[in-house]
Amino acid sequence: MAAVALIVVSAVPPFRRSAEAQEPPGKAIYDRWCAGCHGEDGAGRGEAAAFMLPQPRDFTRAAYQIRTTASGELPTDADLHRVVDDGMPGTAMPGWRAKLNAQERDDVVAYIKTFSRFFEGAVPEPLAFAGAPGESAEGIEEGARIYRELECFKCHGDAGRGDGPSAPTLSDDWDHPIRAADLTRGWNFNGGADVKQIFARLRTGLDGTPMPSFSDAIDGGVITEEQLWRVAQYVRSLTPDRPPVREVIRAVRVESALPSRPEDTAWGEIEPVFIPLVGQIVIKPRWFAPRVDGLWVRAAHDGTSLALLVAWTDPSASPDSAWQEWLDRMAATMTDVDGALPAVQGPDRLHVQFPLRREEGMERPYFLGGDTRRPAYQWRWTTSPDAVAEGRATGLDAFAPAAATGVTHVAAHADGEWRVQFTRSLVPADSAAAPAFPLGEAMPIAFLAADGSDGEDGMRAAVSAWYAIYLDVPTPAGVYVIPVVAAMVTAGLGGLVVVQAQRRTNRT
Amino acid sequence: MRRTWLAMGIALTFACGGGGESAGGGGETPAASSQPAVAALGTGSISGVVMFEGAAPANPTIDMSEEPNCAARYSGAPADPVVMVTDGKLGNVFVRVTGGLPAGPYPAPASAPTIDQNGCLYHPRVVGVMAGQSLTILNSDSLLHNIKAVPTANRGFNVSQPRAGMTREQVFTEPEIMVPLECNVHGWMKAYVGVVAHPYFATSGENGAFTIGGLPPGTYQLEAWHESLGTKTAEVTIGPDGAGTVTFTYGAM
Repeated sequence: MAAVALIVVSAVPPFRRSAEAQEPPGKAIYDRWCAGCHGEDGAGRGEAAAFMLPQPRDFTRAAYQIRTTASGELPTDADLHRVVDDGMPGTAMPGWRAKLNAQERDDVVAYIKTFSRFFEGAVPEPLAFAGAPGESAEGIEEGARIYRELECFKCHGDAGRGDGPSAPTLSDDWDHPIRAADLTRGWNFNGGADVKQIFARLRTGLDGTPMPSFSDAIDGGVITEEQLWRVAQYVRSLTPDRPPVREVIRAVRVESALPSRPEDTAWGEIEPVFIPLVGQIVIKPRWFAPRVDGLWVRAAHDGTSLALLVAWTDPSASPDSAWQEWLDRMAATMTDVDGALPAVQGPDRLHVQFPLRREEGMERPYFLGGDTRRPAYQWRWTTSPDAVAEGRATGLDAFAPAAATGVTHVAAHADGEWRVQFTRSLVPADSAAAPAFPLGEAMPIAFLAADGSDGEDGMRAAVSAWYAIYLDVPTPAGVYVIPVVAAMVTAGLGGLVVVQAQRRTNRT
Repeated sequence: MRRTWLAMGIALTFACGGGGESAGGGGETPAASSQPAVAALGTGSISGVVMFEGAAPANPTIDMSEEPNCAARYSGAPADPVVMVTDGKLGNVFVRVTGGLPAGPYPAPASAPTIDQNGCLYHPRVVGVMAGQSLTILNSDSLLHNIKAVPTANRGFNVSQPRAGMTREQVFTEPEIMVPLECNVHGWMKAYVGVVAHPYFATSGENGAFTIGGLPPGTYQLEAWHESLGTKTAEVTIGPDGAGTVTFTYGAM
């Protein structure tokens, strides 16, 4: 046999060329576009992997999260295509539809499969799902009940913010820490936020993660398939379609008393704005995997004081002893990012920042805490101690607290969410140390947030770009009178013209 | 449920393929059996004991406060039974024949050992099956467990059992030492499944003893595996009288 093989090989003189021809067509594309994160060997440890949470997929085990097949089964080609084509929201994986053509994406899907022998000869079959029942308020309620019965809250929390008692202990199959999904942020769902997609995740589980399949509960008669659809519909009801991002936070003028606490029901009357945050990756140590990816901001004023309510998902009020093991595992995984993570949990932090001085035109301080030329005025809140410092910043690490402070705060942590209310008079006590909040003008505002249990200390934080806050001006009475007078005058003059014209017509 | 009890009964009778002693993590007396489920190669057996020398390392304490129904089953905070030493004998050691056997193949028996989630711990913690043989995974707790397998040679899976009495039949097709099982709702829950190509394996009981039966006279290589103390190898000869004995000795690391 070996002799025959030798003859065959030697009968093909351009041996080098034939070896190249055998290279799968997806390899060149993979090596160029995918290996940076997933590694040339497909094991998920590319150069950029250390910066990422969740970590890039290790293709060698062929354990894939987003499937239409049963737990433990391989994904279909269509499943793999969905992720390659459209990406995975909430992770660093982008969609490649715009970058690679259909043939290239086919090739790369085929090549990814070569990293695992499990795909050899396999023909994965998608699970057959019953159709979704119609949505109704009662259906959502039933979904909420089954969410509790199936103990989804153990990881995802009572309000769905990923703050259940088991959340700090979660690891993926590679012993990397993994966050329980925050169900109030559908735009981050790895497999998409359509009810059908959520249902598929419940049915198939997310292999490689702690999220199990619930198909056995249907097969075993514990719940019906319709009831699992109800859970999917309930989960979908916890999140808006997309976050209401606005450039301007409107501080609503209230005639009654300003809200005094985060729990004040008056806040419910004010529409929140979503301010997206990204990892601070300018100044070392940089942070590519921030816990806080956005803030819900509401504002109100009464002509004398401004009240600002900032709310964000954070499963722990740091430091929290239950989360120490989480920090230990974060430190073990995120090893190459500009130095070691702290061994001890720091406090949770929130900075609210304004320009110290009003500038002409569009000039604003540097968004990361200003600089000596254009300082920023900041409120720096921490959990431990629960205090807010007001002062002047000339950089992220250069902060001088003001002697006299005018800002007060109330912070509350519940159901995996921080809600912090700040209140300050529109006119500062010391106009050299703090800016006034002018009515009827857009005032720049920016934010920084950090989760101490996640190892986010110092420069490791999530930051926003500059946004604006606009304090409503009370509407002057003239606004209502002048249009009415103008309309009456116009009507009167018009009537006069018509009467005159009719007289002329009658005469002829 | 009837299916479950039947499966458990078979599991107890069959006791780890080759008829060794099954280690009950919770202390149930193993039912030793020398009756292999498939046609045996012979009638001899290897009797062994696993010793532990020196002071046994302290097992970590489990904080079960999150799960009051499980916590109530124990007096005080339960210990995670990583290293089970009783009177100098080590339990939960998985022993298998690694050399000296005919090439096979060995058909997998129809019976299935059971691994039970009970009191928020796995019982047994270490269990063996043949490649292709079913393993019954049972939830006896009235709460949600998920069962995640993280193998390398076999396919991993992750399924939930939100009710007491739920069972799942799981087959591992490839030999693998060991397949870790874990529960992510209760991060302390760990179990290990030894998947072997033949039926000649056993797990040491609380008394450190194990028996591998159904073997003809001859010389065999054995490997012992412990989750935290590692592996040991030994050679044992079954004489014409059909008996071979072996001792593995672990010590404080």
